[in-house]
Amino acid sequence: MMELDLPLIWAGIIAFAVLAYVILDGFDLGVGILFPLFPEKHDRDVMMNSIAPVWDGNETWLVLGGGGLLAVFPLAYATILPALYAPIIVMLLALIFRGVAFEYRWRTKRAEHLWNYSFIGGSTLAAFAQGITLGALVQGIEVENRAYAGGWWDWLTPFSLLTGVALVVGYALLGATWLVMKTSGRLAIKARRIALRMTVATIVMMGLVSLWTPFLDRLYLERWFGFPNILYSGLVPVGVAGCFYLLLRGLLKRRDVLPFLSALGLFVLGFIGIGISFFPYIVPTSVTIHEAAAPDSSLMFLLVGAVFLVPMILAYTAYAYWVFRGKMNPDEGYH
Amino acid sequence: MFESFDALLLARIQFAFTVSFHIIFPAFTIGLASYLAVLEGLWLWTRRQVYLDIFNFWKTIFALCFGMGVVSGIVMSYQFGTNWSVFSDRAGPVIGPLMGYEVLSAFFLEAGFLGIMLFGLNRVGKGLHFFATIMVAIGTLGSAFWILSVNSWMQTPAGFSINEVGQFVPENWWAIVFNPSFPYRLLHMVLAAYLTTALVVGAVAAWHLLRGRAQERAGIMFSMAMWMLTIVAPLQVLAGDLHGLNTLEHQPVKVMAMEGHYESHPDGAPLILFGLPNSETQTVDYAIQIPKLSSLILLHDLNAPLDGLDTIPEELHPPVAIVFWSFRIMVTIGMTMVALGLWSLWARRRGTFYTNRGLQRLALWMGPMGFVAVLAGWVTTEVGRQPYTVYGHLLTADSVSPIAAPAVGASLLAFIVIYFTIFGAGTFYILRLMGRLPDDDIEDDIEDNPIRTAGITPGPAQKEAF
Ligand code: HDD
Ligand code: HEM
Ligand code: HEM
Repeated sequence: MMELDLPLIWAGIIAFAVLAYVILDGFDLGVGILFPLFPEKHDRDVMMNSIAPVWDGNETWLVLGGGGLLAVFPLAYATILPALYAPIIVMLLALIFRGVAFEYRWRTKRAEHLWNYSFIGGSTLAAFAQGITLGALVQGIEVENRAYAGGWWDWLTPFSLLTGVALVVGYALLGATWLVMKTSGRLAIKARRIALRMTVATIVMMGLVSLWTPFLDRLYLERWFGFPNILYSGLVPVGVAGCFYLLLRGLLKRRDVLPFLSALGLFVLGFIGIGISFFPYIVPTSVTIHEAAAPDSSLMFLLVGAVFLVPMILAYTAYAYWVFRGKMNPDEGYH
Repeated sequence: MFESFDALLLARIQFAFTVSFHIIFPAFTIGLASYLAVLEGLWLWTRRQVYLDIFNFWKTIFALCFGMGVVSGIVMSYQFGTNWSVFSDRAGPVIGPLMGYEVLSAFFLEAGFLGIMLFGLNRVGKGLHFFATIMVAIGTLGSAFWILSVNSWMQTPAGFSINEVGQFVPENWWAIVFNPSFPYRLLHMVLAAYLTTALVVGAVAAWHLLRGRAQERAGIMFSMAMWMLTIVAPLQVLAGDLHGLNTLEHQPVKVMAMEGHYESHPDGAPLILFGLPNSETQTVDYAIQIPKLSSLILLHDLNAPLDGLDTIPEELHPPVAIVFWSFRIMVTIGMTMVALGLWSLWARRRGTFYTNRGLQRLALWMGPMGFVAVLAGWVTTEVGRQPYTVYGHLLTADSVSPIAAPAVGASLLAFIVIYFTIFGAGTFYILRLMGRLPDDDIEDDIEDNPIRTAGITPGPAQKEAF
C-alpha cells in the first residue's frame, strides 16, 4: 500500500475548514459590520433575514477548525491558543453578542436597538480579533518544551493591528457583495455603492499587508522573492489583480453574482498566499506540520470518518443554501 | 508558586462556570428537539391543527435556546486550548478525534438542517421539513454521544498507551469510545435531558391550566409531559443506581465521597442520609444514618465490607462536602420526580388529571428542577474525580496552561458579567414566550410593524402560511 502522508493530508483538511469558515462567516460578519450604514429598520430586517438560516452552519466551520486542530495537531492547538489568549477570548465573547442577536432582536421592541448594537459590535469585534489572530500568527509564536514561551502581549503589534483592520474591511466587502446578490431595490443599490468603496479599501489593505509580510521573517522573504519560488508565488498577485478586475467590472456593470464570487476569489487567493508563507510550519516559525501531528492512529481514525462525512456535509450545506436561493422578497421574509 | 496556584484555581472556576452555563442549554434542547419531532410527526399523522400550534409554540423557544447553546459551546471548544493547554497536548490525540467526530457527525447536521426546520416549511414541503426536524433531533443526540464519550474516557480511561513525550496514544478505539463508564453516563444523561424537558413542558402547561387558559393545547402538553415523567423518572433512578455501581468499580474514591464514608466499615457500611462532612476531623457530623444500607445498595449484601477515605492518601481526596451534597440534591430531585409521576398517574385514574390544582402546582414548581438535578449530577461527577483530569493518570494541577493569573482572572470576570447579562436576557425572553398561549401572537412586541419579516420564527403575518 502506498504510504500516506497523514499529517499533510490533515493540514490540507484543516486549512480547508479555516478557509470555509473565513469566507462563509466572513460574509455574515460583514453584514453585521455594515449594519450601521443601513439605519432603517426595514433594511436591517432584510439584511438579517438574508443570513439567519445559514449563520449557524457557517460558524460550525470554526468549531471544526478548532476541534480539528486539537484532534490532529494537538501541539499546535496547545501553543497557539495560549499565545493568542486575549484575542481569542475577545473573539469568543464577540461571537456570543453577535449570535444571540439573531434571536433576541425579534423578541423585543423596546430593547431592539440594544441587540442591534450587540450585532454590530459583536460582528466587528469578532472580525477584528480574528484579523489580529492572523497577524500574530504570521509574526510567529515562540515555543519551548512543547509550551508557549512568549509574553502575554506579544500578539499586540502594529502589524497585527493592521491585519485586524484589514480583515474587518475584507469582511465588509464580502458582506456588501452578498447583499448585492441577495437583495433588490434601494437596498441593493446602496450595497453596490458601499461594495465599490470597500473594494478600493481592500486593495489598499491587501497591498499594505503583502508588502509588510516579507519583511517580518527571512523565511517569508525567500519564499516570495527567492528564485525559483517567485515563479509560482508570482501567480498569486496576478490572480488577485484578475479578481479585482472582475469585481470592479461586475459592480460597475450591475451584475448580481459576479462581485460576490470575485470577492470570494480574493479571499481564496489571500489564503493561498498565507499558505505559501507558512509551509511547512503550522506554528510559524517554531513547529512544523509533522512535529505537531498527533500519532498516526489518531489521524487515521478521524480521516476514515472525514472522508465520508465532509462530502455529506458539503452536500447538505449546499442543499440548505439552495433552499434559500435567490433574491430576498423584502416584504415577506422567510416563513 | 503562589501565582501559579492562583491561575490554576481561576482556570478551574472558569471552566466550571462556562461549562455549567453551557450544559443548561443542551440539557433542554436535546429533549426539546425530540419533542418537536414527535409533535410534527403527530401533526402529519393525525392532521390535527393543535399539534402544529404546539410545535410552533416550542419551536420559537427551541430556536432561542439553541442559539445560546451554540455560542456557549464554541467557548468550550476553545477553552481546552486557552486554559488547559498541557491537557490538550497530552490528551488531544485521544479526545480530539472524538470531538472531531462530534463536529462532523452532529454539529454540522444540526446546523445544516436547523435553518430549514425554522424557516423552510413552505419552501421544502411537509415531508422534507419533517426530515429536517428529525435530523436536528438526531444531531443533538449524536452530540451527546460523542462529548459524553470524551468525558467518560477522562473518568475511566481505557485503550491507550503513553508515549515518550507524555502524550496519550490511542491503541484501541473501540475501547476508548466505549470505555467502562460511557454506556451508563450516556443513558443517564439522555434520560436526564428528556426529564428536564418534560418538567419544563409540564410546568408551562400547568401554568396555563391553572389560569384556565388554552385548555386543549395545555392539556395535551401536560398529559404528554406527565407520561414522560411517569415512565422515565423510575428508569432514571434505575440508571443512576447502575451508574453508581459502575463508579464503585472504577472510581471507588468518588463513591466514598458521595456516601460520606471517611471510615472503612469492615462489616456493613451505613447509608448516611444527611449530615455535615467535616474535612478537618474526617468525620460526618450530625449524621442521620441507616445501618448497613449502603453495603446493601452498593454490594447487595448487608455485611459486605466497604473501604473508606481513610485508606486513601489525603492529597488524593476529592472535596468531600461538595460531592456529598450535590449527590443528595440530585437524588432528592429524582425521587420527587418519581413521586410527581405517580401522583399524575393516580390523578388520571381518578379522572381529575386536568383539574387537580395541587398536581399542577407541584408540576409548576418542579419546572426548573431538571436543570438543578443536571448541574448537581455533573458537579458530583466532575468534582468527585478530582484531583485528576484523566483519572489516575493526569493531575488537574499538571493540566493547566502556563498562563498568568491576571489574564485568567480578567477573562473570568468578563465571562461572568457577559453570561449573566446575555443569558439572563435570553431567559427573560424565553419565560415571556412561555407565558403566552400556544397560538398567541407576539403582537404586543411588534404591532406597529405591518410587514414584520420573520426572525427565526414566524410572526403573525406568516401564521396562515403554515
Ligand atoms: C469533555 C469534558 C468535560 C465535560 C463534558 C464536562 N467537564 Fe467538567 N471538567 C472537565 C471536563 C469536562 C475538565 C477539563 O477535566 C476539568 C477542568 C479542570 C478539572 O479538574 O477538570 C473539569 C472541571 C470541572 C469542575 C471543577 C472541579 C474542581 O475543580 O473541583 C466542575 C465543577 C465541572 N467541571 C463541572 C462540570 C459540569 C457542570 C459539566 C456538565 C455540564 C461538566 N463539568 C462537563
Ligand atoms: C466541555 C465539554 C463540551 C464542549 C467542548 C462542547 C462544545 C460544544 C460546541 C462547540 C457547540 C456548538 C456547536 C454548533 O456550532 O452547532 C455545542 C453545542 C451543543 N452541545 Fe456541547 N460541549 C460540551 C459539553 C456538552 C455536554 C456535556 C453535552 C450533553 C450531554 C453537550 C451537548 C451539546 C448539544 C446538544 C449542542 C447543540 C446546541 C444545543 O443544543 O444547545 N455538550 N457544544
Ligand atoms: C434518584 C436517582 C438517581 C441516582 C441514584 C443517580 C445516580 C448518579 C450517580 C451515581 C452519578 C455519578 C456518576 C459518576 O460516578 O460519575 C450521577 C451523575 C449524574 N446524574 Fe444522576 N442519579 C439520579 C437521578 C438523576 C436525575 C433525576 C437527573 C437529572 C434529571 C440526574 C442527572 C445526572 C447527571 C447529568 C449526571 C452527570 C453525568 C453522568 O455522570 O452521567 N440524575 N447520577
